[in-house]
Amino acid sequence: MTVVGPCALFCLLVLAIAPWIGSAGISWHNVVAGRSPDREIFIIARLPRILFGAVAGGALAVAGVLFQAILRNSLATPFTLGISAGSSFGAVVAIWLGLEVVVAGVPFVSLAAFIGAFLTILLVFFIARSGNALPAFTLLLAGVTLNFVFGALIMFIHYAANFSQSYMMTRWMMGSLDTADIRTVWRTAPFVIGCVAALIWMAPQFNPLAGGEEWAASRGVDVRRLKNVSYFIGSILTGAVTAFSGPIGFVGLIVPHTIRLIAGPDHRIVIPASFFLGSGFLVLCDTAARTIFAPTEIPVGVITALLGGPFFIVLLKRKRGELW
Amino acid sequence: MTPIFHISNLHFRYTSIPVLKDLTCDIACGEFVALIGPNGAGKSTFLKVLAGLLRNYEGAVDFSGQLLRVIRTRDLAKRIAFVPQETHMAFPFTAGEIVMMGRLPHRAGGLFDTRRDTDAVREAMELTDTHEFSGKVFAELSGGERQRVVLASALAQQPEVLLLDEPTVYLDLKHQIQFYDILERLNEDRRITIVSATHDVNLAARYARRMIAVRSGSFIADGPPDEVLTPERLYEIFEINAAVFRRPDGLGSYIVPTA
Repeated sequence: MTVVGPCALFCLLVLAIAPWIGSAGISWHNVVAGRSPDREIFIIARLPRILFGAVAGGALAVAGVLFQAILRNSLATPFTLGISAGSSFGAVVAIWLGLEVVVAGVPFVSLAAFIGAFLTILLVFFIARSGNALPAFTLLLAGVTLNFVFGALIMFIHYAANFSQSYMMTRWMMGSLDTADIRTVWRTAPFVIGCVAALIWMAPQFNPLAGGEEWAASRGVDVRRLKNVSYFIGSILTGAVTAFSGPIGFVGLIVPHTIRLIAGPDHRIVIPASFFLGSGFLVLCDTAARTIFAPTEIPVGVITALLGGPFFIVLLKRKRGELW
Repeated sequence: MTPIFHISNLHFRYTSIPVLKDLTCDIACGEFVALIGPNGAGKSTFLKVLAGLLRNYEGAVDFSGQLLRVIRTRDLAKRIAFVPQETHMAFPFTAGEIVMMGRLPHRAGGLFDTRRDTDAVREAMELTDTHEFSGKVFAELSGGERQRVVLASALAQQPEVLLLDEPTVYLDLKHQIQFYDILERLNEDRRITIVSATHDVNLAARYARRMIAVRSGSFIADGPPDEVLTPERLYEIFEINAAVFRRPDGLGSYIVPTA
């Protein structure tokens, strides 16, 4: 349990500090006193984005843990399973068709992204399923294949789309938190918190899965049910977040690995710790994205990859053989 | 007395080819049974049926007077433990953590290890002499140590029955004997029923009280090792010519393939 506390602390610290940092300087006094524009910058521009960043980062990190656990493969993430690509495809189609309407308060592009994510899951499931079993290797291969197929379809739509649509698509696929407002937080946070709570409750059952399905079954785990439920939850986590943020890579890979390296692979620790570290990490990256070239913003996906990539390479070099 | 396993007319197939054909036998509480037979005879499949890991069989398997098929996975795991040939962990769990996994079926759903869990784990690790590397990563242990850890994890389940699938196949001679010594103690002191599939006929003859020979999915011999291990029977089972020597101390026989 020793890592969960520091991770939570890190997350809270980042959440407490991040809203005060940005291209426009704001003062604590003005915010508390409700003076314009400091109050608006704090409440409307920064806080929702930061809260959504925390929700998204936590969700993506936990989704990574989950897919890695059920597929027994440390490279499994929403990306490798094609979910992100499917979600991007949904969004790109919506942009291409000019469906920039808002349905029940949700932008249709987000809705399309969510639907794309969900249909992809069903498709991967359907392809990989053989009888009652859901073999991990086939599942990964199906995901990788769908990644290519969706990649090609997205490229085709890009080619067919006009210049401004193409620009919007590119922006969407870069992944960004800048469209988040407070409603986005309300729409995603309950799902994410509910899913993560359920996963923490299920955490002990993920441990024996590392030894294989029979190993887990002979320790009393209903493997088929656990995998189905997990896959569903992982998809909701990913779908709900990427619908609004676009695909943000690397969080689902770096965060779980870092936690496992520090604290070992016990899922009772890895799941909550990854949630907090993922939250803090993404908000930190987004703060950097907002400020490094202020007033211009960089997509947060660029930062997560540029920070995460080298960090990961260093870990790989240092802990080769111990890395899982 | 009701047998702990009552198997009648058991058939099983993975695909269209039958793997187990019309098996019938009883296994009594406290027995030490060795399953012998050539590769692909169906020994592993039979064990997995007994372990409740394969449930789409035909015929009847009763466990303690109950239909095995309808017992929930978790309830079964409190009473039957399974030790596979080899274990690979996808993540770097320590030996202690792996033994603790054996407590899962006894958990009421809580996240934290209870006193009873840690006690059971300590006892299991003492019995298998594994506590010294409790904090070591499983993958970094030697084959013999790993297999003892897996046995400890099975014992942490506090089972009545221990099913083992060629548990010593990757171990050297010393560790094979050490492993079977532990099994013998569990069988004698704790009355744990043991069914172990093995290729090592000599080892099986030394430790098991009953030997069941499987070939092409059928039982072709069943009895005390001395009765099963005759040159004629061995030819039937393995298609080998073998000389059989009785041990002077009466503890089993040795078979030596002659050609």
